[in-house]
Formats: sequence, structure tokens, C-alpha cells
Amino acid sequence: MLQSQVSTPAMQPVAWIRRRNRWTIFEVLFWLATLLPFCFFPAYLNLASQIAITALFALSVDLVLGYAGIVTLGHAMFFGLGAFTVGILSSRYGWGEPISGLFLAALVAGLAGFASSFLIVRVQHLALIMVTLGLGLLTFELGNALSWLTGGTDGLTGISTWNIFGYFRFDLWGYTAYSYSLIVLFLCFLLCRVIVNSSFGLALRGIRENVKRMPAIGSDYRWHLRVVYTISAAIAGVAGALLTQTTNTVTLEVLSFQRSADVVVMLILGGTGRLYGAIVGAVIFLIARDQLAGINPQYWFLWIGLLLMFVVMFMPKGILGGLARLVRREE
Amino acid sequence: MVLRTESICKSFGSLEVARDISIELPQGARYALIGPNGAGKTTFINLITGQLRPNSGRILLDGQDITATGTAERVRRGLTRTFQINTLFPDLTPLESVTLVVCEREKKAGQFWRSLASHREAIEESHAILSQLGLAEVAMKPTRQLAYGQQRLVEIALALATRPKVLLLDEPAAGVPKDESAMLFEVVASLPRDIAVLFIEHDMEIVFSFASQVIVLVAGGVLLQATPDEVKEDPRVREVYLGRGHG
Repeated sequence: MLQSQVSTPAMQPVAWIRRRNRWTIFEVLFWLATLLPFCFFPAYLNLASQIAITALFALSVDLVLGYAGIVTLGHAMFFGLGAFTVGILSSRYGWGEPISGLFLAALVAGLAGFASSFLIVRVQHLALIMVTLGLGLLTFELGNALSWLTGGTDGLTGISTWNIFGYFRFDLWGYTAYSYSLIVLFLCFLLCRVIVNSSFGLALRGIRENVKRMPAIGSDYRWHLRVVYTISAAIAGVAGALLTQTTNTVTLEVLSFQRSADVVVMLILGGTGRLYGAIVGAVIFLIARDQLAGINPQYWFLWIGLLLMFVVMFMPKGILGGLARLVRREE
Repeated sequence: MVLRTESICKSFGSLEVARDISIELPQGARYALIGPNGAGKTTFINLITGQLRPNSGRILLDGQDITATGTAERVRRGLTRTFQINTLFPDLTPLESVTLVVCEREKKAGQFWRSLASHREAIEESHAILSQLGLAEVAMKPTRQLAYGQQRLVEIALALATRPKVLLLDEPAAGVPKDESAMLFEVVASLPRDIAVLFIEHDMEIVFSFASQVIVLVAGGVLLQATPDEVKEDPRVREVYLGRGHG
């Protein structure tokens, strides 16, 4: 079904809201396109898997940044917690079952998200960025200090992920890795889509649009923020766990500031507050890095910088925002 | 009395912004709060709704002390305000904005697993409120695209959706041309009779035609509370307020 772009005053309000949340042909095509690497780029399936994992991470950040307006520069802490959860489970305790690993990673990252959310909802604007940044750096240093557990700068070794459902083995070419990452990405995307199209999602948009009004309409908006921050942290943890499981390694890099910052760049490139922007941003960022690093390993960030400036200047709502404007002649 | 304030005092350093304010609002009241610029009218509303905490004094809603209660909880108990400067959700449509308020009121806003469209009663109630205020035509346009006067009505729609017992309107017609402001006050006048309304307004014609009682605030204190006719004739009011060229 194509989304109708004109809202006629005669339309019933319930039908109008339902129509806004309906699946569009673009969405169906988009997800079909994620299958293309299997047919056309079989040599790049490992990269595709990395992209799907990073897209999932970006999706989790979009939930807090794009919908609830929480600008964060420390989300790698949840990604890293998830990555280390399954890493430690496998290398220290010999448990490499992937699905339960994902759930445990979500649990650990979600608990950390819930705990830190009490701090997050107390601050706004610049202070908020600093608090998230600080928490991220603290977690990184914690990981460094606990080298007996995390392997420190060397990272964890001896991780082995079991077959999925005891059957699908992780192969060298990345068929299983990409299929697995893509399915998890899709399932988490469905969850995010349900969330943003719910009354809760509407409340988040209300917070982003005008937080000052929220108490005046009787909203405990801080509770909403805690909930979404926890969900987002859990999803970031799942993404981290996927990375460990598909590569069988985990280093402190998963907790790094660079990872937190990159994901924000991806969101700005793709467009915030539309879920797909997170995925598109991750695709562009990682493909550009792969290709540009091949040409010039030292200076590839220069091109990302130029692209970022171009997008911010000419498409303030990101690449998807710009495209949507072309397609729908948005206001 | 639905709302009562007892000797509310508030000062910022040495500046007294509220001096011993005691007012009573009965059910169905249509009271106006007037006073020269800087008299502390908006401050007083901020004190009643909890954006500011008084240094001393008590606020009672339905006989219950709410002085220490947070703003959101006061709204849930039926004490709602609007803002002098539009405080809306620019990218949401009025339909979405008002539906959000209804969902918050019904404690359904936290349900992240249910689609918004499944909250049928909330959406229909929201649409009914908007229709009642003449906003049905623009209910599905982003709020930022609405005419300014329509946005002022959305301010009121958001407040009404909380089902208030007491409604505090901070200059509902602020910035609206004179001919339209009368129309806005027709809306205020036609609000359900069980809501107690206290409104701030500068236009004396409007105050005198829509208020049953007028509270005159000067320099943070109540100068006088009386009927519009008495206020009109009061020499002190003329001196401090009308004499300065307002109205």
C-alpha cells in the first residue's frame, strides 16, 4: 500500500493515524534490498554483517536521540557491555550458545541503561552530552582496569560461538553471520517500529518537541525517558553481542569514544527520528570507510568529514530527510 | 472552593514577586486576573501550578494541600494552565498533541507495545475537543503550519484534554488581533460550567464582559477583588492601572 500524502479534512481521525503507521512500498523494497548482498556481493558478506550490526547500534541511538531528543556521546558503553557479556561468557565460562547470549547481553546492557537513566534524565543540553560522554569514558577505563576479566588492551581470546540452534555454523564467508545479523536487526527494527508508532512513541516525540509542556499536560516524562533509555541500551547490547559472536573477538575498542561518536555521525548522515536513517547512515558510513580506506588508509576521515558537511548544509534532515522531501514534496 | 491560596509569598532575593496572596476560586468561576506589567500575574500562575515553589503559604485544591506536589501531579488532580507564549508541539499535529494529553490522562502513554491507532477512544475524544474549538479542519496538519490564532486555540485544547477542574489561562489572546481575540473569549465563555477559570487579560473590554470577578494584582500583592463594575469605578485601580494608559 502506498501511503497517501494528502490528508483530507473529511478523513476519520483514527483511520488517519492508522494510515500514517502503515507499511509503505518503500519499506518493503528497502528490506528486500538487504538481501542483495547474498546474490551480488558474496565476497562482502562479512562487511554486510558488520554493517547490519552497526545499523542495529545506530537504531538504538536513534530511539533516544531521534525520538526522545537525548543527545548521547557515550552509547558505546552499552554496545561494549553487550559485546563483553557474551565474550566473557564464552572465553571464561565456556558458554557459547548465541541466542541466550543475545538475551543476556540485552539484560546486562539494559540494567546498566536503567541504572544510568536516573542520572541522564536529570540533565539537559550540554550537561547531558557531558554526562553521557563521561559515563562512556568511565566504562572504557573500567574495562581497561579490569584486565583480568576483559583481557585489557589485548582483548579477549578463546571465544567460540556455537552453532545457531545447534545447526547453522558460522562459516568463513559470512553467510551465516550476515543472515544472523540481518534477522536480529530486522526483529529489533520491528520492535522499534512498534515502539515509535505507539502512544509511548508519541509521548517521546512530545518530549523532543517541547519538554517544557510535558509536565503541564500531566506527563511524568522522566519516567518515559528512563524506559526508552533502558530499551535503547538493551538493543545496543544486542548489537555488541552480535559483533562478538560473528567475529569471535572482542577488544576494548567496542567501548571506545570513537564508536559513540561514529554512530552519531551516521545518524546525522542518514537522518534522525525515522529509524531508516540509522540504517542508511550505517550503510553509507561503513561502505565509504571500506572503499576509501582501500584507496587511502590514512585520510579516509577527510571524505567522511566533507560528506558530513555537505549533508548538514544542504540536507539538514539527513539523506533520508532530503529524499523524503523529493518524494513527497514535504513542507 | 475548588482552589484556594493562603498567604502565598515568594521573593527572588530582595525582590518580592508575590506578597501574601490569598484568593478563592469557586466551582464554575470566571475570574480575571489583571494588573500592570510586572505585577506578578504570570509568577502567580507559576506558583499555583508548581513551576515555582512559594517561600511560604499554602495552596489547596479541593481542600487538599498541594503546595509540595509536582506540576504533573497537580495537572492529574485537575489543575491545568495554558501559556502566554505558545508552548506547543510544533511538528505534531493538533490531533496527535491532544491525543497525547488524553493518553497521559488515561495512563496509557507508557504502553509502548500498543499501536497509537488502537487507542480509538482517545483519538476520538481528541478529535471531539478539536472540533468543539473549531479546529477539525486543521487537526491533521503539523501545528507549526497553523495560523497563530489557531495555535492559541490548540493551547486551550491541550489544557482541556486534561479534564481540568481549574483552568488557568495566561493571556489566551496574547498577540491575537482585537477582532479575533473576542472570538477566542467566546470559546473561553462556552467552556463547561463546572470548570473554574482564572484568566489573565490586558484588554479591559474583554475582562469586563467575560469575568464575574476581577482580581487586581499590583506589585506582587492583591489590591482588590471585586465585580467588574466595582473595579471599573475604583479610584485606586484607575490610578495604578487604567491611569497608566492600559486598556
